[in-house]
Amino acid sequence: MQRLDYLKETPSQTAGPYVHIGLTPNKLGNAGIYPADLGESPIRPGAKGERVTISGEVRDGAGMILRDTLIETWQADAAGIYPANDPRGAADPEVTGWARIIADFDTGEWTLRTIRPGRVPFPDGRLMAPHIALWIVARGINLGLQTRIYFEDEDNDSCPVLQRIEHRERVRTLIARKTAPGAYRFDVRLQGENETVFFDM
Amino acid sequence: MTQNKNSVDGGTLFFRDRDWHPPALTPGYKTSTTRAPFRPLIAMPSTLSEETGPAFGHSMFGELDNNLILNFTGQPAVGERIILHGRILDENGRGVPGVLVEIWQANAGGRYRHKKDGYLAPLDPNFGGCGRTLSRPDGSYEFLTIRPGAYPWPNRVNDWRPMHIHISVFGSGFGQRLITQNYFEGDPLIARCPIVNTIGKEEAIRALVAPLDMNRALPMDCLAYKFDVVLRGRRQSFFENKREGM
Repeated sequence: MQRLDYLKETPSQTAGPYVHIGLTPNKLGNAGIYPADLGESPIRPGAKGERVTISGEVRDGAGMILRDTLIETWQADAAGIYPANDPRGAADPEVTGWARIIADFDTGEWTLRTIRPGRVPFPDGRLMAPHIALWIVARGINLGLQTRIYFEDEDNDSCPVLQRIEHRERVRTLIARKTAPGAYRFDVRLQGENETVFFDM
Repeated sequence: MTQNKNSVDGGTLFFRDRDWHPPALTPGYKTSTTRAPFRPLIAMPSTLSEETGPAFGHSMFGELDNNLILNFTGQPAVGERIILHGRILDENGRGVPGVLVEIWQANAGGRYRHKKDGYLAPLDPNFGGCGRTLSRPDGSYEFLTIRPGAYPWPNRVNDWRPMHIHISVFGSGFGQRLITQNYFEGDPLIARCPIVNTIGKEEAIRALVAPLDMNRALPMDCLAYKFDVVLRGRRQSFFENKREGM
C-alpha cells in the first residue's frame, strides 16, 4: 500500500496563566516591547454599520469567574464580507474583523466594542445568522474553545449552523441578550448547568 | 466549472484529530477539571467564518520584535543564548507564509514577568519574555532568545514545568488558530510533566520536543533548536467547487 504523506497538526497545549506576557504585554503592564497590543479593536472609526458593545464573563464548572482568560473574535463587516481571504470580494477597509480581549484582572469582565456583522453564507449558500466567532483560551483549557456569539434580535431560527444543534434548549447559550440599545450580554459557561455550546469546525 | 464562492479557495479545513490533541478533561492537570466542557462538541465542516482569518503585515513589526535578548531594554538578558527556528507548515506539508508567530517564556531562572508569578527566582531586569515575527514566504521563522529555566507550579506537591516556550500561531483561517508549547531535547522533566501528559500519544508528545540543531548554532555565540509547527490543512477538490447539477 502507498503511504499517505500528510503531516499531523501540532498538538495543542494550554495557553497557561501567563498568556498576557506574550499576547497582551501592554495590558499586563509590560510596556516598552511593542508600541501597542495587537487586536485592540476589530474596527476603525469610519467603519460602516451599527455600533454594538458586547460584555460578558467566563465561568467554570464551579461557578467561578475566570480572571485569566483571553478571547479572540473574528467577524465579517456590516455587509457580511470577511476582511481577509474572502472569495466574494473586498470588505469595508475600516473593518479588520479581529480582536483580542482579556478578562479584567480583578473582575473577570470582558467587553468587545464592534459593529454588528452581516450575514455570511454557509457552504451550501444558505445564509448563517449574523455572528461573531470566538476562540477562548486560559489556564486549564488544553485546546482553544470555538464558539459563536449570535444576537437576540436577529432571525436565528433559519441559521444552518444553529439548526444542527440537536438539543434545542442549548441554542440560547449562543445568543447574546440585548440589555440596552446597542448593548448585549454574552456569558460563557465552560462546564455544567447551561454549559455553552462549543464547536468542532 | 463554477467556483464556489461560499468556501475559501484551497478549501475546507481538514477535520481536527481530537485523539491527537489533549482531551479537555485531564485530571492530572487539576485546573482542567472545572474548565473542561462536559457536553460533546457540535461538529460540522468549516464555514467561511473558520476558513477566513485575520491577515498581518510587515509594517507592524519592530526591528527587535523577534530578539528577546535585546527587546526589553536594549541591554542583553542573562541566560543560555539560543536561536529558536523552524517552519510553519500545514498538514499538506506546504510552508505557510505570512503567519503571525508570537512567543512568551520565563527567564533563565524560571521566573515570568507577570503579576501572578511569585516564584522566588528573581526577575531579569533586561528580559521581558515575549517576541513576535511573521513567517517568511517558505514558512520559516526565527527568534533569538535565552533558554527558559524550569520552575515549580502548584498542582501536585512537587510538580515542575520542563523548560518551555509558549508559541501562538495563526494560519490563514481562524479555525487554524493554535497555541502550543515547545520543549527541549533531553529535558528529564518532560516525561514527568502533567501538562505535557495531557497529550495521550507518545508520538504527539515527541512533536513538541525541539532537537538541538548544531547546523544553525553560531560558534562562540549561541546554540540553536528547531521547532516546526503544523497547522490544519485545507482540502482541495474540484468536486467540492462544483455546484449541484453542473
